[in-house]
Amino acid sequence: MLAFVNFYLIPGVIVGSIYALGAVGVSLIFAILRFAHFAHGDLMTLGAYLALSLVAAAGLAPFLALPFAMAGAIVVALVVHRLFYAPLANRPTIVLLIASFGVALMLRSAIQLLWGVQVETYVQGIQRPLVFFDDLRIAERHIYIVLATVVAIVALHVFLTATRAGKAMRAVADQPELAELSGIDRKAVVRQVWVIGGGLAAMAGVFLGIDGELDPNMGWDLLLPVFAAALLGGIGRPYGAIAGGYVIGLAQELATYPWIGAEPLLSPGYKSAVAFALMVGLLLWRPQGLLRGREGT
Amino acid sequence: MRILEAQGLIGGYGAMDILKGVDLFAEAGRLGVVVGPNGAGKSTALKAVLGMLELRAGSITFEGESLGGLSTSARIARGIGAVPQNDNIFQGMTVLENLEMGGYLVESPLAPRIERMFAIFPPLAEKRRQPAGELSGGQRQMVAMARALMAEPRLLLLDEPTAGLSPAFRADIFARIRTITEEGVAVLMVEQNAREALAIADTGFVLAAGANRFTGSGAELVADPDVRAAFLGG
Ligand SMILES: Nc1ncnc2c1ncn2[C@@H]1O[C@H](COP(=O)(O)OP(=O)(O)OP(=O)(O)O)[C@@H](O)[C@H]1O
Ligand SMILES: [Mg+2]
Repeated sequence: MLAFVNFYLIPGVIVGSIYALGAVGVSLIFAILRFAHFAHGDLMTLGAYLALSLVAAAGLAPFLALPFAMAGAIVVALVVHRLFYAPLANRPTIVLLIASFGVALMLRSAIQLLWGVQVETYVQGIQRPLVFFDDLRIAERHIYIVLATVVAIVALHVFLTATRAGKAMRAVADQPELAELSGIDRKAVVRQVWVIGGGLAAMAGVFLGIDGELDPNMGWDLLLPVFAAALLGGIGRPYGAIAGGYVIGLAQELATYPWIGAEPLLSPGYKSAVAFALMVGLLLWRPQGLLRGREGT
Repeated sequence: MRILEAQGLIGGYGAMDILKGVDLFAEAGRLGVVVGPNGAGKSTALKAVLGMLELRAGSITFEGESLGGLSTSARIARGIGAVPQNDNIFQGMTVLENLEMGGYLVESPLAPRIERMFAIFPPLAEKRRQPAGELSGGQRQMVAMARALMAEPRLLLLDEPTAGLSPAFRADIFARIRTITEEGVAVLMVEQNAREALAIADTGFVLAAGANRFTGSGAELVADPDVRAAFLGG
């Protein structure tokens, strides 16, 4: 039982948190700008590497480097928007999607150029987990990751439901023209979307690095589960994306548990196929997303 | 006093002109009603006033100043409120949030204005925490109007505020629109139910094929045999 918790449930919650943080951004960007942001994975990678530089240069703990990595990724997201997406604002959104594909390639190449192609880690050596009740092993970093994710999600919820700017963001997602007729400044909302999306992407990237290692493809490789999570929640619905992230994360890990007999149900090498299968199944069965009951947020 | 004066509006969405010379005006404390067949360009004319349409010719002045070149949000900030024909509420947001969005540009506290809206539209008060998309048709129209009124516009543009409502609800909405008008707002309302709307109008505009056919007081238009024959079904 504890092996199940230690090696399947907890890792599922951790990757779920990472997917959720990425998927929220994808979902919000879609809600406001109406395109699937293919450079989101590379924004995560960028966040992870920005933190790496601070860890290496200033000897900061990865968690302390996180705010700086987020700030850096936000600046890059805003600049990318200004240079590549804003000029295409009046074009069909498929053009934006393709542009974001190009941005993804550029970001990844820049990361390879600046930091190299080799695998990196934040901390060398083995980290001992904390042990509770004799057998329950939880790594300290995992506690921080889950706590920070919860804080980020609660903060986002408060922003969206209790602040003027957050409500304006929901209004633009709900009815862009009516929002304009209410005097809401769409450009400001778009900037805030990149601040949230970029910041949370960096957070996901840093957590991914803390949980394992860094390589220039780490974010790109996550695009499939992150998009699957956003779709699962009903694209454009941030709360759905969070739930979707945890569903995909848990499904991936739990699928490798030896439910029947002693062998893993699914060989760990096929983990990412779980997200793919879930996504395809969902698109066939409920294209509007799992949680979507009626119109609206 | 004519708070809005739109003259010779010509323009459309692409190469083809939808408006081929439309004149409209609105007066403080008066209700103007725009009627005409489907596709006549009624909604398009309101969009032109709101700056949501590229005009090839024509002039629009609001409170004596030209609106030419101003963005939609700048026109809203000047004191124009609008309820579009479709998608006129934030469905996923609560009634209260809809009103808050209507007051987005208001600097003073919103609470007194929100209470005023509940006084004008009492059924909304108890639904304040419900998503607007869950309300009945009549209540949605109330939310739509209340949202537009939150900014206390001096000119209110309404595009078919009774679309899809039963005659009883329609009469109710019309009565509230008269109340709003009597408080000093200039109201310009597009309506499908031409006869009933013209009956409560101070001024009526009959549009067809993108141009004014008849303009006069509501009573005059209802009595005019030509208008009756062509647009009011006899
Ligand atoms: N966004 C648009 N793009 C292109 N053409 C449009 C657009 N909106 C309306 N039209 C066309 O412009 C013409 C006038 O439309 P408009 O909506 O102004 O009519 P209306 O008088 O409001 O009609 P209704 O009573 O049906 O609301 C119609 O032929 C319509 O097809
Ligand atoms: Mg219309």
